[in-house]
Amino acid sequence: MNAVIKLTEIHKVYHTGEVDVHAVRGVSLDIEPGEFVAIMGSSGSGKSTLMNMIGCLDRPTEGSYFLDGIDVSTLDREQRAEIRNDKIGFVFQGFNLLSRTTALENVEMPMLYNRRRVPSREQNERALKSLELVGLGDRADHKPNQLSGGQQQRVAIARALVNRPSLLLADEPTGNLDSQTSIEIMGVFQKLNDAGITIVMVTHELDIARYTKRTVILRDGKILTDEPVAGRLNAEIELKKLRQAQAAVSLA
Amino acid sequence: MKFFAPFKLAGRALRRNKMRSLLTMLGVIIGVGSVIASVSITNGASKQVEDKVASLGQNVVTVFSGNFTSGGMRGGWGSAPTLTVEDTTAIQNEVANVVAVSPEVRDRMQILANGLNWNTQIMGESPDYPQIRDWDIADGTMFTDADVRSIAKVAVIGKTVVDQLFINQDPVGQTLIIRNIPFKVVGVLEAKGFNLFGQDQDDIVIIPYTSHMRRITKRTFVNSIMVQAASKETIGQVQEDITTLLLDRHKSADQDFTVRTQLELMQMATSTTRIMSVLLGAIASVSLIVGGIGIMNIMLVSVTERTREIGIRMAVGARGRDILVQFLIEAVTLSAVGGIMGIALGMAAAKTTSYFTGWPTLTPYAWIGIACVSSAAIGIVSGFYPAWKASRLDPIEALRYE
Repeated sequence: MNAVIKLTEIHKVYHTGEVDVHAVRGVSLDIEPGEFVAIMGSSGSGKSTLMNMIGCLDRPTEGSYFLDGIDVSTLDREQRAEIRNDKIGFVFQGFNLLSRTTALENVEMPMLYNRRRVPSREQNERALKSLELVGLGDRADHKPNQLSGGQQQRVAIARALVNRPSLLLADEPTGNLDSQTSIEIMGVFQKLNDAGITIVMVTHELDIARYTKRTVILRDGKILTDEPVAGRLNAEIELKKLRQAQAAVSLA
Repeated sequence: MKFFAPFKLAGRALRRNKMRSLLTMLGVIIGVGSVIASVSITNGASKQVEDKVASLGQNVVTVFSGNFTSGGMRGGWGSAPTLTVEDTTAIQNEVANVVAVSPEVRDRMQILANGLNWNTQIMGESPDYPQIRDWDIADGTMFTDADVRSIAKVAVIGKTVVDQLFINQDPVGQTLIIRNIPFKVVGVLEAKGFNLFGQDQDDIVIIPYTSHMRRITKRTFVNSIMVQAASKETIGQVQEDITTLLLDRHKSADQDFTVRTQLELMQMATSTTRIMSVLLGAIASVSLIVGGIGIMNIMLVSVTERTREIGIRMAVGARGRDILVQFLIEAVTLSAVGGIMGIALGMAAAKTTSYFTGWPTLTPYAWIGIACVSSAAIGIVSGFYPAWKASRLDPIEALRYE
């Protein structure tokens, strides 16, 4: 099977003023369909830069990047926008929903920019299905300020899924959430991954990374370790444990 | 991106900030409103003048005889005995694109009827006269060529004369006495009102020019010759041809006549209103430009405020072009809606002005079109820079923007 992501000797150099910042120094990485990968590293390790390149928001200075079999390292701005629209679903730390816009409209938004015109009825159906997939089918006409943080992140995940991307890319998806909601969101990701969706997630929380299948640790722009997750956690079981513990506390 | 989607987006974005959108539009509303109002008012004024000029007739070229000078006293246009009935015939036969000709002799005289008397203008004309003046006969008929040939004692009279001499009577068939000669009234002209110079055009008695020249005044010369050209376009040529013809016929070194066209008169009469409309239009356009600057300003603010939104849209696949179109359409929607409201406001202002001052106002349809197009153009021009700025944003930077 073809790799979803095939990075070969990727470098990224920023020319900021007098000093050149070499943020990523020769990263090679293959991610196969159906994988669930956590990219970890402290700040300055180059993980955000790598993430931006994987997400086709930025272009490597050197090296090649094949996304779903397409060489995307040489594409221009507009072409990258089309690739993002077609192949990548983004989930951000700060949810990044449009305020004063209903959940449904937020989820429909990426379809506005499809190359192939999607009839508005189909947009509606697909958006609703996507919301149901993350368990928010009954909140379609709520606006972001009427939703909790976890619900907002679910809307963002629904939005990321609506164009049926080859890759779901999450940047610190649990960074703004409390621990229980974080586990809930990881549960959503695990469920989607079980359904065959490839997920790459950037995080700096070790216990969150334990819900994934593979962890890549970056340091100084290079891959330090790349190993399967030992002792993988299951979000459903963890949630059950947490609830039992809470029940015990309230009983006592 | 679909065709209608950006309009939906723009509508949503503008509704989100209703008060701001309205205030932004206000510039264009006032600009377009004042353009429409001033155009309506000056257009109404010049229409009124044009109507007055048109009441002189259709495509009329008038030949006046020169001034008569006697012992140092100069008599003014029409006083010199230089134009003849033969000149009239020559014009009719030799000048192309002439549809009607009437020699004109006129005198003020006291007339009698029904035991009443009245001083009025007695005009000697040909039967073409009503056609040249675009003047219908309300009652009875115009006299004929046969009447001209037979020097008939027939008259067609104006509304004022009817009111003065034939109170509550049908004048047709009655008798009118001019210089002790009885004339039979055969027709009554439709009321035409006052002309451009404030003269009552209906205070008139028209008789065959032969009757005027042989029976009443014993004159051999005519005061002027009225000529109707075939169309607006041929007036100039007709004027030239008449000048050449008469110079040749009169064989005098000095030009002893003048040829005037209605077009010249129209231009003189409308020149003031034209200056007014240019001035008002210029002032109004300035406010339109100010409105455009207002839109640009708000769009720039809006782009900055919505940097994050732009970043999100770009991340999910909006191309620079899509963002450009989105903001451009927002700006155009603002100015176009403002323009439409401005047109309504301007027309209402013109109607109000006309109600309180009695000035006629007229909104030309062309200007409604011009207002629509120019307000949309203002939206494009003033929205382009902010929209372009938005489309050039770097999605990574934009997403990080707080």
